Amino acid sequence: MSTTGDIPPDLWEECSSCHQLLYSKELTEGLWVCGKCGYHMRLSVWRRLEITADPGSFAELDTDLPLVDPLDFPDYLPKLQQARAKTGMDEAVLTGTAAIHGHRVGLGLMDLAFIGGSMGWVVGEKVSRLMERCVEEKTPAVMFIASGGARMQESLISLMQMPKTAGAVGLLNQAGLPYIGILTDPTYGGVTASFAFLGDIIIAERGAAMGFAGPRVIEITKVKLRPEVQTAEFQYQHGMIDLLVARSEIRETLSDLLDWFMNGK
Amino acid sequence: MAESDNQPAADSAPAPPREAWEVVQTARNPQRPYTLDYVNRLVERFTELHGDRRFGDDGAMVAGLGFLEDTPVAVLGQQKGRTAAERRERNFGMARPEGYRKALRVMQLAARFGRPLLTFIDTPGADCLEDSESRGISEAIAVCQRDMFALPVPVISVVVGEGGSGGAIGIGVGNRVYMQQYTYYSVIMPEACAAILWRDPSQNKRAAEALRVTAPDALRLGLIDGIIPEPPGGAHLDYEAAAVAVKEQVVAALEELRGVPSAQLIAERYGKFRRMGAPAGV
Repeated sequence: MSTTGDIPPDLWEECSSCHQLLYSKELTEGLWVCGKCGYHMRLSVWRRLEITADPGSFAELDTDLPLVDPLDFPDYLPKLQQARAKTGMDEAVLTGTAAIHGHRVGLGLMDLAFIGGSMGWVVGEKVSRLMERCVEEKTPAVMFIASGGARMQESLISLMQMPKTAGAVGLLNQAGLPYIGILTDPTYGGVTASFAFLGDIIIAERGAAMGFAGPRVIEITKVKLRPEVQTAEFQYQHGMIDLLVARSEIRETLSDLLDWFMNGK
Repeated sequence: MAESDNQPAADSAPAPPREAWEVVQTARNPQRPYTLDYVNRLVERFTELHGDRRFGDDGAMVAGLGFLEDTPVAVLGQQKGRTAAERRERNFGMARPEGYRKALRVMQLAARFGRPLLTFIDTPGADCLEDSESRGISEAIAVCQRDMFALPVPVISVVVGEGGSGGAIGIGVGNRVYMQQYTYYSVIMPEACAAILWRDPSQNKRAAEALRVTAPDALRLGLIDGIIPEPPGGAHLDYEAAAVAVKEQVVAALEELRGVPSAQLIAERYGKFRRMGAPAGV
């Protein structure tokens, strides 16, 4: 693959796991799963939306929340502004109403490209509002999760988004509405120990990295963990996940589950 | 209960900690009173309960039933050890899934019998090793938080040492949350923050400042309800005085919440956490 410099970038993409070059058209048709090694490449929320929701069904919610820097944390505001410019997202989660195979749902999608998909006040607020709206509108909630963990730059306010979102899941539970969480690569930290692992059904994409402590914290605290521990496969083997699926199966699986939960309601 | 009751003789009181990093070190002082030191001084006829009925018993999480003045209460808290053997037995105050599931069991007991719940927070963080991952540490902490919102009884939480991230908030969803004067509460250890942001572990002091980990910070940000004063220099210098101050605050909070209808306790608890961190006007 020494000729990569001559190849137009829009025709080819490199697998971020095995680094083979893949023909873009095939990659798109294969839902951005590497045809060579099977790696499920990380998706932007826009790509995820495109392969999940019925075309044209998505209506974004809560687009008007302000950028917050409650602690006046060094270099944080510029970082937020750069993340906005880079991703075209207002924060690390996109929320809205959508249809999946005709089922109305509240849909949340997280994007790792926005400060590692970390959860600060805005993310916690959007997730909580989404779940509260599902309660009002009596719709299921579906969350695609990808997160490096808590938003360090919001410290304790970030931590308090964990109980806040966990409490919002509790409202869905009490309302008798299903919540399906799909854990994608990677899902770590504060998000795992709140809404990510509270799904009525928990689905994980094959090969996704996940765990309670993020990789950087593990590295710094010199905790010894075998690499295979922080994987979807390990969590599945230990009973923490209902379904370990290939990306191509997710939409059909969601459709069947939503049918089961909502049929006749 | 001898293990946690060996209070050191107080020598001449040093200057009180002022900088955030000094507060972190005071909160971690190995001579600081631990959860059982407070339980033994506040709670009469304490019966410690063991086991999560699923896997085992976690020494890092203490749970039990007792009386605060004459009120029957359920009590939870992370427990650290003092000797090398006790530290191992208590896993350095880092609770495992079975600890959180034991906590949940006792929370639900309190709910069923209408007894207020008192939680003491003192942990560097929850345990994140393979055994804890294999038994669902994330799920256990998430469920504790979710279900604390549904408790129909008053819940009072006090940070008595380290408020270490998810491990702390797992038992921290209170109607009232207090911090002792020289404790800290943070989403990440300052050392880890320094290493991640500045790739320099010697920036601990700067990280502790930036993270706003102290009790006055948390109060100003509207994340806690009050600060419990400590004896000059820190709780480790006078266990009795420290415990008296904690007891006064907890008893006052219980008095405030006595007779509040369950639905209101639940609604106020959710509303309180729901609003945390919201900028003015949102």
